Amino acid sequence: MSKLLSWKDLSAPIIAEAGNSVLYKTGGWRALKPVLDQSKCIRCLLCWFYCPEPAIKRREDDSVEIDYDYCKGCGICANECPVKAIAMVEEGVG
Amino acid sequence: MAVQIKTLREMPREELFAPGHRLCAGCGIPQLVRTALKAVPGPKVVVTATGCLEVATTIFPYTSWRVPWVHNAFENAAATAAGIEAAFKALEKKRGVKRPKVIVFGGDGGTFDIGLQALSGALERGHDLIYICYDNEAYMNTGIQRSGATPRGAATTTSPAGKVIPGKPERKKDLIAIAIAHGVRYAATLNPAYPVDMFNKIAKAASIEGPTVLHYFTPCPTGWRSDPAKSIEIARLAVLTRVWPLYEYEDGVYRINVLVKSPRPIEDYLKLQGRFAHLLQPENRWMLEQLKRDVEENWNRLLKLAGLA
Repeated sequence: MSKLLSWKDLSAPIIAEAGNSVLYKTGGWRALKPVLDQSKCIRCLLCWFYCPEPAIKRREDDSVEIDYDYCKGCGICANECPVKAIAMVEEGVG
Repeated sequence: MAVQIKTLREMPREELFAPGHRLCAGCGIPQLVRTALKAVPGPKVVVTATGCLEVATTIFPYTSWRVPWVHNAFENAAATAAGIEAAFKALEKKRGVKRPKVIVFGGDGGTFDIGLQALSGALERGHDLIYICYDNEAYMNTGIQRSGATPRGAATTTSPAGKVIPGKPERKKDLIAIAIAHGVRYAATLNPAYPVDMFNKIAKAASIEGPTVLHYFTPCPTGWRSDPAKSIEIARLAVLTRVWPLYEYEDGVYRINVLVKSPRPIEDYLKLQGRFAHLLQPENRWMLEQLKRDVEENWNRLLKLAGLA
């Protein structure tokens, strides 16, 4: 009869690498693609805050860029942009 | 004293919540998580109850968390957090280890229903933790079943609108009142359409020793049958129609943070969501009126508590 294991001998389902979901690209979910017109952007950062992924990167000067590796195309950024600097276009067209 | 910001620009850049998670497009949960991880200074440990946030951010072998994170079960997030807090208190006393702030995220199912007992115990024992309920008003992760947080009249798969009932017949529980009844020092409501208000309240909760409870409005395109692009618009309308009053309670004092003087018609909020579509039919008018009374009663109650009526 082998010795009974204690809880210390069991390995818990541990994910040791912090934030490794970046390896899983969710951009393929997208049907509509946000396109940002930098000339209209007023750097209000609303899209940066509202993006659920986050897939909108905030640059040093508070301008933003869209990270298509993760953008799921929800369209919140385009809907909320106060100066309509973001347009949703069909993926694969423009 | 908690750091308080005035504009979005002052919000820290560091992202402790990584993309690549599998939450639905247009989900309202990440805005809360990203803000909380920015607003709570210093080391932190996150506990998550079973729910959308847990299943979608930790699909093995991936995690979206850049902070220590643990999931235990549906019902015991607050108990797990209490144990972690107590362990760190012991380590602090014995070895001088700097104690992290413990943040709990639970959905409405994991908070209003299944985890309420554990939450009650943790609040009563006075553990130093921030409990944040992200409320999408039903069990969205398991297929949109009604919860104690589902508002009156909302259709879910277990309160479907039809000939027998026009959506859920019962009213929503008042989580903040339950928290205050436990003697917590700070409790507040949060909404993603009001980022600065949300940041400041979480920062304030973090500065308080002892349990604090925050209640966050989470738009859910999947469960509410709404356009994902409209999630924040719906959240904003919830405040502007007085459906979701933004207020805080601090050491016995109530403050309404967004005083909505002339509310938008509640229909503006309802018509963007499929779960309420039946309420706009003439035969269900009585239910719509009941919902309006709920909203009005709650607003008047808050005005009185805040000394404004």
